[in-house]
Amino acid sequence: MKFMKLFRRLKGIGWGVHPADHKRPAADAPVRAMPVSARLYLPLQQHLGGPARPVVLVGQKVRKGELLAEAQGAVSAPVHAPTSGVVVAVTEVAAPHPSGLTLPAIILEADGLDEWTELRGCDAPFALSAAEIGRRVAAAGVVGLGGAAFPSAVKLVGAARARVAALVINGGECEPYLSCDDRLMRDSAPAIVDGIRLMLRATGAGRALVGIEDNKPEAIAAMRAAVAGIGAVRIHAVPARYPMGSEKQLIQVLTGIEVPADGRPADIGVIVHNVGTALAVRAAVREGKPLISRLLTVNGRCANRPGNIEVRIGTLAEEVIAFAGGLKGDGLGLARRVIGGPMMGVQIPHWRVPVVKGTSGILALDATEVDGIAGRETAPCIRCGSCVKACPMGLLPLEMSARIRNGAFAEAIPFGLKDCIACGCCAYVCPSHIPLVQYFAHAKGELAGQERDRLRAEATKKMARQRQERVEREAREKAEAAARRKAGRAAAAGKQGEPACFNPRPD
Amino acid sequence: MIAAILSLTLLGAVLGAVLGVANKFLHVESSALAGELIEMMPGSNCGQCGFPGCSGAAAAIADGTASPACCPAGGKTLAAQLAAKLGVAVDLSGLSGEGPKIATVAEELCIGCCRCGKVCPTDAILGAARQIHDVLREACTGCASCVEKCPTGALVMRPVPVTLQHWVMPKPLAA
Repeated sequence: MKFMKLFRRLKGIGWGVHPADHKRPAADAPVRAMPVSARLYLPLQQHLGGPARPVVLVGQKVRKGELLAEAQGAVSAPVHAPTSGVVVAVTEVAAPHPSGLTLPAIILEADGLDEWTELRGCDAPFALSAAEIGRRVAAAGVVGLGGAAFPSAVKLVGAARARVAALVINGGECEPYLSCDDRLMRDSAPAIVDGIRLMLRATGAGRALVGIEDNKPEAIAAMRAAVAGIGAVRIHAVPARYPMGSEKQLIQVLTGIEVPADGRPADIGVIVHNVGTALAVRAAVREGKPLISRLLTVNGRCANRPGNIEVRIGTLAEEVIAFAGGLKGDGLGLARRVIGGPMMGVQIPHWRVPVVKGTSGILALDATEVDGIAGRETAPCIRCGSCVKACPMGLLPLEMSARIRNGAFAEAIPFGLKDCIACGCCAYVCPSHIPLVQYFAHAKGELAGQERDRLRAEATKKMARQRQERVEREAREKAEAAARRKAGRAAAAGKQGEPACFNPRPD
Repeated sequence: MIAAILSLTLLGAVLGAVLGVANKFLHVESSALAGELIEMMPGSNCGQCGFPGCSGAAAAIADGTASPACCPAGGKTLAAQLAAKLGVAVDLSGLSGEGPKIATVAEELCIGCCRCGKVCPTDAILGAARQIHDVLREACTGCASCVEKCPTGALVMRPVPVTLQHWVMPKPLAA
């Protein structure tokens, strides 16, 4: 085991890529807090799992932090009012999604008072039981703030049940351009460490390993200072390599254990949470504050003043950009709008989409930043194997894309299509500029569609069978009722000694 | 009277015996392939394919008189599955052209007559008498049986709306 670890260290990390990070100067600019917008657009699904169910009516006055929509189903998260105001509509709004489709959402008109509802905090949170911490985190609507937006309470409670040994805290922030986690660690390290200790309490894990990429020396120093004297939390500087912030890669680098292909981190006794999530957990448990705002990075060469901004959930990206300083030349040189990071984020058709809980960045990229991705011609695969070397999951992207291009989606599965984390390293290194990761996204969507169709066909069969049974049962019941009526009449006729008449009511 | 009863009884008995013997000796082995295909069909017997129910269509597909793409309710997926099962190539272009459709109720026209719900093979239509009916999007197979029953033309077939859950990243353009 020791030998293997040494061997790995000598070998270095083979996977991944190292794009220019473009994090500064945005990372060094002080955080700015954005004032509340006039209208906030709050999608009911800002998380993985079932959409939240609205519990307010149009025209209802709500205060800041009040519940607007409750969690629905086992994996779900509630939505709270980011400010005080009036619910003006429950309708569809554009989703931060490449399709430009809409999502059901609540529209809240701010009244400008921004007054809090009554909060139920806790001064001695370490006296709370693990289940109670999980309940408070669930009630506050905390989701993973690294980008995937998985409901945090589900993960905490699941980890406690699986008796995980270690908590991995993700401060990697490997996506270029983004620096919101870096900024959080520099500015609020003690609070993050407090949140991590609460997570340790909630999961029953014995230790926490915080992985921070070595291109953030200020964050590492601040976090090291904050954990001085706390034995259970360790800060590790990890090599800056994309996708270090992917949970399976970070776990492997920090613990040396690999998550099995069809397993989850909890299967090897580990769970991963983001540093921003730790902060949200602390606010939820200590102060009873729901997740109603987040820190995000505005960046890209088109942005006038790149930096990190504290934004209320539901603010339109358009307004965030205007607050940040607008676009250079009024957006004349704008080549691409991206929500999230440049590697895994989504390209959006317009800026009128709301900031949701998982929005880590808003990027306005110009042609020089996009060029080499969009402008270049795709050439045939020369089987150089660069994508195989870059793939952090050890898959064969060239083999998968060849099959997907031919429409044989199922044949790509044995090469690991289902293990693909869509990090985009393969497409980044491809000398022929083949859009490999787009092929995989397409294939995953098609396969999911086929699975949906299969389930639908099964459901149809079941419904047809049930209808058949119902029709037969109703016919039988009708016949029995008719027989009873007849018998009753015959008995009545027998008593009175009169001849039974024919059915007076023709059926 | 007696003669009539006796002759009819005798006739019935003789014909019944003939049928019984015929069933035993002239038994037609139903194709095992057709049986397997019936299992794959939607089973809602909507009749849109022009055959008497799913079993009729399955038999026709099995002996090659119908195309595997003849089932509108099953759509592209079923056509591809059937073609794979039979080992034949099938032209899916006719199916992909229009895309799947489902029934929707125009609320301003519905009079609440309940006729549509009675013919729906999957009980996908909700509504009491003299109340506006509605179609459960997830249960509708798009067989269109209800459309011709509607006296006011309130039922219309519309393409299945694309939602975020159904959206698929388009295939990149090939080099």
